[in-house]
Amino acid sequence: MPEFLRRYGGQLADGLVDHVVLTAIAIGVGFTLSLILTLLIVRWRRLGGPIIAGAGILYTIPSLALFAVLVPITGLSLLSAEIGLISYTLLILVRNTLQGLDGISPDIIEAADGLGHTRTQRLLRVELPLAMPLIIAGLRIATVTTIGLVMVTAVIGEGGLGQVLLRGFNLRNWGIVYAALIVMIVLAIVADGGLGFAGRLLTPWARRGSR
Amino acid sequence: MEVIGWFTDPANWSGTSGIPNRMLEHLVLAGLAILIGCLIAIPVGLFIGHTGKGAGAAVAIGNLGRAIPSYALLVIFVPLLGIGFFNALAALVLLSLPPILTNTYAGLQGVDRDLVEAGRGMGMRERQILRGVELPLALPVILAGVRIASVQVVATATLAALVAGGALGRFIVDGFAQQNTPMLVGGAILVALLAILTERFMTILEHRATSPGLRAVLDAGSERPAEVAAPTPS
Repeated sequence: MPEFLRRYGGQLADGLVDHVVLTAIAIGVGFTLSLILTLLIVRWRRLGGPIIAGAGILYTIPSLALFAVLVPITGLSLLSAEIGLISYTLLILVRNTLQGLDGISPDIIEAADGLGHTRTQRLLRVELPLAMPLIIAGLRIATVTTIGLVMVTAVIGEGGLGQVLLRGFNLRNWGIVYAALIVMIVLAIVADGGLGFAGRLLTPWARRGSR
Repeated sequence: MEVIGWFTDPANWSGTSGIPNRMLEHLVLAGLAILIGCLIAIPVGLFIGHTGKGAGAAVAIGNLGRAIPSYALLVIFVPLLGIGFFNALAALVLLSLPPILTNTYAGLQGVDRDLVEAGRGMGMRERQILRGVELPLALPVILAGVRIASVQVVATATLAALVAGGALGRFIVDGFAQQNTPMLVGGAILVALLAILTERFMTILEHRATSPGLRAVLDAGSERPAEVAAPTPS
């Protein structure tokens, strides 16, 4: 085991760092984009159907196919990988954020208006905090899914741990294949737990309420 | 434009590496995986839902299914089953289990307990309650699980080309390897279309299979069963 780590520890660590970076970019950009889309839907309801349907179609397209279509346009690059990864986060994030915002009782909205909040203040101080549990739930699902999908970007030369796995697979070195997989699964579990913890820190009232 | 050329070239429509054969391989692989998945997951889900035993395990399996990427499933069986059809089949069957199992279990959970009690009061035996009351009421949710699993399996059967030979993913993998863009994009279009068609087809099937009495209730609104297992892109 120590021998194994001495030989492949460096590869695995590099793969892990790349994996985290690829995931973080996808979730960061995907979350920002989905927040904008959700706010557009909240403002203009009629956009809701087309935006959700569009995100749904992107979600159904197999990742290998999506990357295959992107490569002739954006090349074997980080950009191709991220476009694919980001597009898979949109459906989950938009749907959850919208559900969170829609679930707020109209009385609370009215109270916020009555207190003299402007639209923006109401959104930032009342609506987004109250929607936080569902937003965090969406982020957790999207993050775990993205960590899995990053593996597939190995076919276009990215992939983080996926790249380590693919190399190991091509050499029929099962030790490194399983090691890459285990590191990836641990990463997914840690990210999921970390986001859950952050969610609880961000919504202290929910904890007090449940006691 | 070259992609249209690829689609219209008669050479691509015949032989083992032609579009019809690859499509057939894809459908056989995915269809068989879903069939086996249903045969395993639905009875187990019905048992858990009806008796309430092992519910915790069902939920845990559902969550685990999301954490393990399909790509990984395809690789872990290679040392055991070698590279080829059976390796891909085993991985796809495993992939199909969590959504079907969770939805079957949750569908049964969602059945109004009063209706089950009423059935029992009428003197129905447990088996009759399961077949005559619980199963028809839970069917829309169960089929939603089968739909989610089918789309995932059809999509992931593409990745099978990375470790196993045939199916439509071959065009994509070979397209990458030979830097043959028309083949790459053509394969991608076929796979994407197949995934979207599967989703449509299963949605229609779901609607058809819902008992007419239940359909009226569902269409009336609020009681539409939620999709319990959220789909994962592959």
